[in-house]
Amino acid sequence: MPQYAAIIYSAADVDWTGPEQGAVMADYGAFGQAAAAVIRGGAALRETATATTVRVTGGKGGDVVVSDGPYAETKDVLSGFFLLECADLDEAIAWAAQIPSAWHGAVEVRPVLPMTG
Amino acid sequence: MTSPSQELAEVVRTERRRVLATLVRTLGDLALAEDAVQDAAVAALLTWPRDGVPDDPRAWLTTTARRKALDVVRREARRPDKEAGAVRDLTPPADDLPEPSVVDDDLLRLVFTCCHPALSTEAHVALALRTLCGLDTTQIARLLLVPEPTLAKRLVRARRKIATAGIPYRVPRAAELPERLAGVLAVVYLLYTEGLEQDELRAESLRLARLLHGLMPDEAPVQGLLALLLLTEARAAGRRDGTGALVELPDQDRARWDHALVAEGAALALGALRRSADAPDPYALQAAIAGCHATAATWEATDWPSVVALYDALLARTGSPVVALNRAVAVAERDGAAAGLAAVDAVTGLDGVPVLHAVRGRLLRRLGDEPAARASLERALALQPSDGERRQLERLLAAPVTA
Repeated sequence: MPQYAAIIYSAADVDWTGPEQGAVMADYGAFGQAAAAVIRGGAALRETATATTVRVTGGKGGDVVVSDGPYAETKDVLSGFFLLECADLDEAIAWAAQIPSAWHGAVEVRPVLPMTG
Repeated sequence: MTSPSQELAEVVRTERRRVLATLVRTLGDLALAEDAVQDAAVAALLTWPRDGVPDDPRAWLTTTARRKALDVVRREARRPDKEAGAVRDLTPPADDLPEPSVVDDDLLRLVFTCCHPALSTEAHVALALRTLCGLDTTQIARLLLVPEPTLAKRLVRARRKIATAGIPYRVPRAAELPERLAGVLAVVYLLYTEGLEQDELRAESLRLARLLHGLMPDEAPVQGLLALLLLTEARAAGRRDGTGALVELPDQDRARWDHALVAEGAALALGALRRSADAPDPYALQAAIAGCHATAATWEATDWPSVVALYDALLARTGSPVVALNRAVAVAERDGAAAGLAAVDAVTGLDGVPVLHAVRGRLLRRLGDEPAARASLERALALQPSDGERRQLERLLAAPVTA
């Protein structure tokens, strides 16, 4: 069965551990239970202030350049993802619509390239 | 008159989408199915004039297309860079053709796939014309006024997304159906409005609306949309004068309207309203309004009380300020210019739209308030109206005052 990444974007940087996220985290807990049969993985990400961006310049084996912050400084922030196993896009969309960030931000649904062998 | 070759082309055209729908289901690959059906259609147009049209054109096309698809799959499977999984199951024997009801279901699935909300509106329109109407990319590019490579790229991207993202071939469940159906109908309606200046595009839109009505005869919105398009199309010949200039509804030569289309559309509109009596369908209401205009002997003889009542119902369903403005025009005809003006002034949210001020200016002129009328017409002119609107406004401003 195909897998889909449900990539979670929040309208602003989130500290999932903060007390103001309590209600949202409870909603996430409920989603996790409801979608247990299709969730194959996922993670909530720490704030963008903790992000480090790594590049290797000059091709493979080149210099490692490390910089502070996320790859893209945007208003909407990539803050987590789920890996969902669904029959088709309609099913994936139906589950994505139940992820709390769908109404606090947006959820991008992308098919995952199947790994064979 | 249609020539035998046109007739033949029409048979191929109407059958090919059904053949395509079946092949998409059995192959599970839109691009492969389309190429195969295209090849079969070309073969038909080459051999039928010589050998005669087969007794069952659909069976002939299906068998031929299936064989062409099988050739492609076999050829691809022999290519070393292709994984073995690419060999698809094409086993249903060639004479095992699906029942008509199954073919209709296949077609319906294909309609919902082509109009899936995960695809862009541009993709919907391109797929509708390519996959559902069976036009080729050259024809579609010409109709949509885009370069052919752009259109071709759009179709490739759309098909790739359907395959890769797993957009299903499925008729939506009852709970999702109204919303998904609204999306399908919006595509057909968009095709019609895009084609206001293009007879061919409007014809394709009407073909699609008829197809949908054939597939979903019990859905009020489908019936309503078909009725609306027929009643609009019925008046197409009256919209232009001999020089090609736009003629407004009150001044149109009603003898030039297509009264057979009017009758068909009016009956459908009535049926759609009956079917959706609890919550009148907006397309059906618009169709019924168009029906009031299309069946009136003159502008003055229009059944204005019915038109206003239908606009009231439409306004309740949509809350659209444009509907409120149209309602105000009908109120002016039913109750006089003063009542109409009051209704116009109650419309909110259209202050920056020229047509509101144009309507206001005309009503003020009817009430004899020429300075205010000219002020409104000039305001409309200042709001960058379309070319047609601009010419009308200039005519009104130049016209001698007869009050």
